[in-house]
Amino acid sequence: MEKISTAVTYLILIIFGLTMVIPFIWMLSTALMTQSEFNKQETLFIPKEEYFVWNNNGDEKRILLVMEKEETSIVHILDENLEIIEEYKEVPSSQIEHVYHKPSFEFSNFVKAFKKVPFALYFKNTIYVSVLSLIGVLITSLLAAYAFARMEFRGRDFFFFLFLSMMMVPQPIYMISSYVLLDKLNWLDTYNALIIPWTANIFTIFLFRQHFKALPKELFDAASIDGCSTFGMLWRIVVPLSKPIIATASIFSLISSWNSFMWPLVMINRPELRVLQVGLSYFNQEASTQTTLLMAASTFSIVPILILFFFAQKQIIASYARTGLKD
Amino acid sequence: MKTKWKISPYLYLLPALVIVVAFRLVPIVMSLLLSFFDWSLQGTGRFIGFENYATMIKDPVFWQSMGNTFWLVIILVPSSIVLSLIFAVLLNRIKYFKSLFRIVYFMPFVTSLVAVSIVWKLIFNEQTGLMNTLLGYIGISPQGWLSESRGIFLMMFEGSGIENLPKFFHGPSQALFAIIIMTVWKGLGYNTIIYLAGLQNISKVYYEAAEIDGASKGRQFWNITVPLISPTTFYVLIMTTITSFQTFSQIYLMTDKGGPLNTTKLIVYYIYEKGFDVLEMGYASAVALALFVLILALTIFQRRMEKHVNY
Repeated sequence: MEKISTAVTYLILIIFGLTMVIPFIWMLSTALMTQSEFNKQETLFIPKEEYFVWNNNGDEKRILLVMEKEETSIVHILDENLEIIEEYKEVPSSQIEHVYHKPSFEFSNFVKAFKKVPFALYFKNTIYVSVLSLIGVLITSLLAAYAFARMEFRGRDFFFFLFLSMMMVPQPIYMISSYVLLDKLNWLDTYNALIIPWTANIFTIFLFRQHFKALPKELFDAASIDGCSTFGMLWRIVVPLSKPIIATASIFSLISSWNSFMWPLVMINRPELRVLQVGLSYFNQEASTQTTLLMAASTFSIVPILILFFFAQKQIIASYARTGLKD
Repeated sequence: MKTKWKISPYLYLLPALVIVVAFRLVPIVMSLLLSFFDWSLQGTGRFIGFENYATMIKDPVFWQSMGNTFWLVIILVPSSIVLSLIFAVLLNRIKYFKSLFRIVYFMPFVTSLVAVSIVWKLIFNEQTGLMNTLLGYIGISPQGWLSESRGIFLMMFEGSGIENLPKFFHGPSQALFAIIIMTVWKGLGYNTIIYLAGLQNISKVYYEAAEIDGASKGRQFWNITVPLISPTTFYVLIMTTITSFQTFSQIYLMTDKGGPLNTTKLIVYYIYEKGFDVLEMGYASAVALALFVLILALTIFQRRMEKHVNY
């Protein structure tokens, strides 16, 4: 009984698990097909090479099948370079052979996609924006959280409440007015628009504050006796003791700015400033029929995050899990 | 210790405060002001009082977008909660490959919405999509998915008289349903991980006691797990509701401007369209504020409910 229930559990988990990964596998396999193979829709996952040969008593020629009939079929005859040398020839159907070569991967799609889309530029912009926002978030959050957690000052509760209520307002609500504001600042179509509004993160401030409050008071008393300044305590005591939580916040910040889409879509028009997600969405509009290239480009865009995820999956999953736990 | 005026705490607070005030508080106040103006980014706007709100109440596309958003939330949130709780309970039960499964379930959540939207758009393609190919294997005829504007209830109960009901009762279009499937898939991993963390906080003692009393696994699930996990359920409920109201990228990338026949036009997409396609900044702000009030009301309602149900 126990064994059956375990087996059923695994079976369900595997089926669900397949549902989660199949879109990725399909993306990758489509990225590795030729466009004509994709259009035929006979291959599901493993791309293969297949073609027809006219075997005229031992003399084999590559052909393109135009129309297949019972007795004679109409074909184009190809040379070694797969150029058509004879069109609409009738040959006996019995002499046509269907040849499969398995598997065959069209890695050149990645090269082609890289040539069509200035990925290097998009990656550079995305990394630039993500890293600078991260540095900003860490500086502003460490300072503010330190003040909230370990200092007494007038208006602290008011500011805390202000921050909390600002956090509750979802981004799309203030999208329009942010656009107007950045327009007035003359920041549209600049890096400023992508970076500066995102150099403070209220959630990170709360995350840090929670952690800083839990640090033992004795440490600070001892440091104070030794003549350590307030800022010195932040730098010499709080930061070294908060490395895991800083790593968590950095992961959140990097993943969210890497994947951010609506904001850069709205705020940036100049192609030189496009970030990866926006560049990919433009390619999606331009290349809607070039499925295989589109999939190659999509694969490209998620690889960096997936690498980060696979190397740090334990920390990443634990970090996200912590967001749901209440004290 | 008496609180006294010191300058230094404010200096620590200042950088974050400047950014939050300039890029949160100011825009939020601005959108309230903007909603009373007729303005298309050029020149100065014209103050028109509540006219934008009056237009909104009579705007059929606004109501259609609201209806679409309602269907999305009402289907997406419960299915995501039920599925992720099942995943988490099953994951919590196994010994081997636990972290492998966690990685697999979490993968869609960390990958970008843009890339997965492009993939799912192709999966739902009528002629060349994986979905119709797979359905073909089990004998289901090809579906229109993203190009199908008929409601899913209408398609299921065709001929039962449902045709005569108002459009809203035909349910979400199959196109919107495809978006919902994709969005559930995308967010499932996060909710599963949250539930898994919640499950690990439930003391084993309860289950051991139930075991001694001879309670079946099913009864243990209903009478121990479900009640004791309810704080997590409320967190997941509130978070999933708030994020599903904000669905945008899928619509932008997978549909043709919220088509077919506006059946996938969700409210945030409508705000985007009004603001940046037709440049009715005032009207777009009014719609955004309506959405804000709705989300706020729902969040407060859900928190009230939580106080009644919590253990």
